[in-house]
Amino acid sequence: MKLAGFLLLLAGWLIVLSTLALLHSASAQTIFLLAGIAVECLGLALVVRAHLVLSEARE
Amino acid sequence: MTSLGFSESSAAFCFLLILLVPLAGAGLTLINTGLGRSRSAAHAMVASLGVIGVAAIVYVAWGFSLEGVAGRPAHVILGGGKPWNWIASEPLCLRGVQFDGSPVSLSVLLQIFAVGLAALVPLSAGADRWRLGASCASTVLLAGITYPLFGHWVWGGGWLAQLGVNYGLAHGFVDGGGASCIQVVGGLTALSIAWLVGPRRGKYSHDGMPAAIPGHNVVFVLFGCLLAWLGWIALNSAGAILFAEVEPGRAALVAINTTLFAASAALTAAVITRSRFGRPDASLSANGWMAGLVASSAPAAFVKPAASIVIGAIAGGITILAIEAFESWLAVDDPGGAISVHAVSGIWGLLAVALFADFGDKSGNSGQWLAQLVGIATLLGFVLPLTYSLNWTLNRFYPQRVDLEGERQGMDLHELGAGAYPEFVVHSDEFIQR
Repeated sequence: MKLAGFLLLLAGWLIVLSTLALLHSASAQTIFLLAGIAVECLGLALVVRAHLVLSEARE
Repeated sequence: MTSLGFSESSAAFCFLLILLVPLAGAGLTLINTGLGRSRSAAHAMVASLGVIGVAAIVYVAWGFSLEGVAGRPAHVILGGGKPWNWIASEPLCLRGVQFDGSPVSLSVLLQIFAVGLAALVPLSAGADRWRLGASCASTVLLAGITYPLFGHWVWGGGWLAQLGVNYGLAHGFVDGGGASCIQVVGGLTALSIAWLVGPRRGKYSHDGMPAAIPGHNVVFVLFGCLLAWLGWIALNSAGAILFAEVEPGRAALVAINTTLFAASAALTAAVITRSRFGRPDASLSANGWMAGLVASSAPAAFVKPAASIVIGAIAGGITILAIEAFESWLAVDDPGGAISVHAVSGIWGLLAVALFADFGDKSGNSGQWLAQLVGIATLLGFVLPLTYSLNWTLNRFYPQRVDLEGERQGMDLHELGAGAYPEFVVHSDEFIQR
């Protein structure tokens, strides 16, 4: 789960980079940039969840 | 890098400002020490000296060759028909730098202090359980890879700084005082360390409830805040002059704004803790003060004083909430609140540039929003996985957490062989009547 979360973080960043390189209209850039950040948020949530499970297991 | 010709008086003024920046490091060191336990106080101070030293040596030997300065040799690739400046190509050990009072030489000096500041931040999150050798080894990775790479993109004329020129996003990613490359990079590294070393023994009960482990010296913490204030004024002013093309004459505005950021954030934190606990909490108010300073780093040179009060107040509020969220809901044991103060508040400061900055031209702030969001997305999507994976790899070969016996003894006795406060030990024979 942790690895998947970090991969999602990277994937979100790559969406942001691709948006800059491939799209030129401001509205399309905004939408895809926000989509990239949303993917990153999902990844962050997964990483946080993985560490919560780990800390519960430690207890 | 400023395109303005640097007069001798401007260079001297900038040099004096840079010489005050280590006070920010002194302040952070005192705060980290004061918020930790008394049995790890000497260890916290020695670790601070250690990571500052390691960061300076690694940065001079290797880091600067990756970070560089805007307008100097760099590796550029073409993507979507536009140049993407990824990494500098300076010689090792500062061999290509002329120390003649030029902006380049001043930038190198400021960067050496800045990387030391970034290295101090994770110490707070790993307090009372992060081994001395491991913290120095982790600093090698921070000062040699993470910091210079992201620093080049922001302060070295890299692709984030050029978003305005290449993609029409207003002024590109703006960060005059290092909110991103110092504070958020340090804060995300602190998060990685807190995850990797786990919570202190006794911090969480079996049902997951956090126990309060108060800092051992609030006077250290509050004096550290005052030292950091002066250091931050210098850092924000020198950074804005060297990296954001701000006229040296605006340093007074930067100093006023930095003060207002810290003041409103600390007062907000005090009011929130007063309303929740019945009395203002000293250490959380200090965290609020530091959060205001961190939030000031990106926008201090570009906002009006009234906006500084608003941004600072929000920084103080979100930092107090973030500290509680990390401790209670996310089970992250961060004794000094470094993740909330440096990462969360730093990100808010970067967003505040898009919300409140007035660059005095007609480019508008819509493109600035996108540029700041790209920078924040890079911090979360690239820097966090990078710093976590580097420290995770280090942890596989060189365990970062002290063993159980060391944690019970305290880091001072276990790693240094002597405590910070030997006079505090009560000897039974002192009570025998002679």
